[in-house]
Amino acid sequence: MRAVSKVEGRAVTLDRRDIDTDQIIPAAWLKRVERTGFGAGLFEAWRADPGFVLNTPAAADAKILIAGANFGCGSSREHAVWALQDFGFAAVIAPSFADIFRGNSIGAGLVTAQAGEESVASLIAALANRPDADVIVDVAERTIGLPSASLSMPFDLPDYARWRLLEGLDDIGVTLRHADAITEFERRRPGWLPASGPRAHATT
Amino acid sequence: MENSVGDAAAASGRLFDKVWQRHLVASPDGEPPLIYIDLHLVHEVTSPQAFEGLELAGRTVRRPDLTVATMDHDVPTINPLGPITDPLAAEQMARLRKNCEAHGVTLYPLGSADQGVVHVIGPQLGLTQPGMTVVCGDSHTSTHGAFGALAFGIGTTEVEHVLATQTLRQVKPQAMAVIVDGELPAGVTAKDLVLGIIAEIGTGGGAGSVIEYRGAAVRSLDMAGRMTVCNMSIEAGARAGMIAPDDVTFAFLEGRPHSPKGADWERALDDWRSLVTDDDATFDRAVRIDAATLRPVVTWGTNPAQSVSIDGVVPDPASLGTAAQQQAAQRALDYMGLTPGTAVRDIPVQVVFIGSCTNGRLADLRAAARVLQGRKVSPSVRAIVVPGSARVKAEAEAEGLDAVFTAAGFEWRSAGCSMCLGMNGDILAPRERSASTSNRNFEGRQGPGGRTHLVSPAMAAATAVAGHFAMPGDLEGAG
Repeated sequence: MRAVSKVEGRAVTLDRRDIDTDQIIPAAWLKRVERTGFGAGLFEAWRADPGFVLNTPAAADAKILIAGANFGCGSSREHAVWALQDFGFAAVIAPSFADIFRGNSIGAGLVTAQAGEESVASLIAALANRPDADVIVDVAERTIGLPSASLSMPFDLPDYARWRLLEGLDDIGVTLRHADAITEFERRRPGWLPASGPRAHATT
Repeated sequence: MENSVGDAAAASGRLFDKVWQRHLVASPDGEPPLIYIDLHLVHEVTSPQAFEGLELAGRTVRRPDLTVATMDHDVPTINPLGPITDPLAAEQMARLRKNCEAHGVTLYPLGSADQGVVHVIGPQLGLTQPGMTVVCGDSHTSTHGAFGALAFGIGTTEVEHVLATQTLRQVKPQAMAVIVDGELPAGVTAKDLVLGIIAEIGTGGGAGSVIEYRGAAVRSLDMAGRMTVCNMSIEAGARAGMIAPDDVTFAFLEGRPHSPKGADWERALDDWRSLVTDDDATFDRAVRIDAATLRPVVTWGTNPAQSVSIDGVVPDPASLGTAAQQQAAQRALDYMGLTPGTAVRDIPVQVVFIGSCTNGRLADLRAAARVLQGRKVSPSVRAIVVPGSARVKAEAEAEGLDAVFTAAGFEWRSAGCSMCLGMNGDILAPRERSASTSNRNFEGRQGPGGRTHLVSPAMAAATAVAGHFAMPGDLEGAG
């Protein structure tokens, strides 16, 4: 994963709450075996409407998506994160995120900036006047800035997530530093716990 | 028998803490705790990129013996052993087979007697046991919490992490209690119970939390019902759902292929009986619901919190809470093609789907078949039943349920996720309306433009016969 310390660019607003991952990337796209190429499927059903915000010229080079509460609810598909990134988004700002989506975002290097309802509303209102203004999501400082309106607001991001984003760390590499603890743990597991039997695929 | 239960678990006293504590591998400063994963379930859709990442990094599967794979999300449910006509689905299944062979992972592929929806086969094989940690690249992994396991869905990057390390980094969630007191009224099923809970706490009501379902109404459920409840925890935004194991749980597990045997069974039972929340324990948050207030429900909107009693009418958005909720409700009604004030029973349905990890078990099929016995599906309805696993299908056939379904006019399919998410071609046409026993009524979930209403298996069956939403008692000849 690439390190990300700051995301700066145009933002588009999708002011709906409970945007589920089925909307972000419909199931038909989940048949791909790659991590790339999902951008064309991003919000596929909603993009059928020519007036949908992602179809406006301003969205073409947007880096930041602003959305309503509980963003990314539903299915655990990480493809939703990949689709947002593939389209060009590097950060999402919302009052709250669904847990699995947020975990997936951190793993894939998409910044999820969780800001208060009122902060997000003020940001949306300011952008309504100047949609082409640059928004700055600063991971190191954990702030969202809109210089054109002299707005700056804090956002929540767990310390560990911030550290990983800033360092661009491979989580598995960090975990394997505890390999001895894992091995020691395995020695203490009760013997009755299930383990899989013969390889079933050999028999069919 | 030595195990890894620590003193801290005994002090905190909640089921969730007890299970969490015994899986703590390390709690390094400045990093989320590392917890051990007892069972990693894998399927064809969320795993190919994880195996690829593993191989690109030169890593191997640490514990293939704790990893079990099956094919469910995009398998055909008609003629499953014939050629797979969808080349992308065929490629995903071929990848899974290759990955499992390369890494020594047990796979129950299409055609295997134990193939099926991943959350149906785990419990069926006895792989899911009390006190375990279970993960899968699928949000409905919460199902396994019905056994007192800590079970939750993960993304593909985390799938790769578990393959490589058999652990996960997890910030410890909060513990929330949902207590359902009293007795469920007649006709109110586990599905109605969980939809009622979600309506009460909202789609984000469980965010950041593990819900423990408690109370007499929860205790009264059989394992199938408990799995239905825990399955939909994610629809309330919860990280996981759990129900403390009891004699109902132990009776279900005894004699399953992977359940402990002989002296191990006794040791396991001793341990499992300790997996309860102590009487004096407190929760970070508790919600109490009186079972007597619950009704058989139908969802009317595009999230699972938007439901109404079968006896009710489509709500007027203006009557709902905040401006944001009103706006969301109006949007949902527009998508669903519904008018406020319409009686739920007056809404015609074109498709009925019985199946999924929520309601695709033998008990669910029996409940539907009881309603369909001697009756016919309305000519205006296309009805399909998709058993949750190949074994559920075989067991249902052994007791003649397939004959009841087919005589009524249902299509009797093979196991898979099918129309729950419509990846395999079992989909709704645009504007087609379904009564579905699945878990999500999101826009387009069952096919672009499709309109999904979530219901219980009994209501789905009655609706198939009536051609509009109905309860079994509404049908002609109902006693």
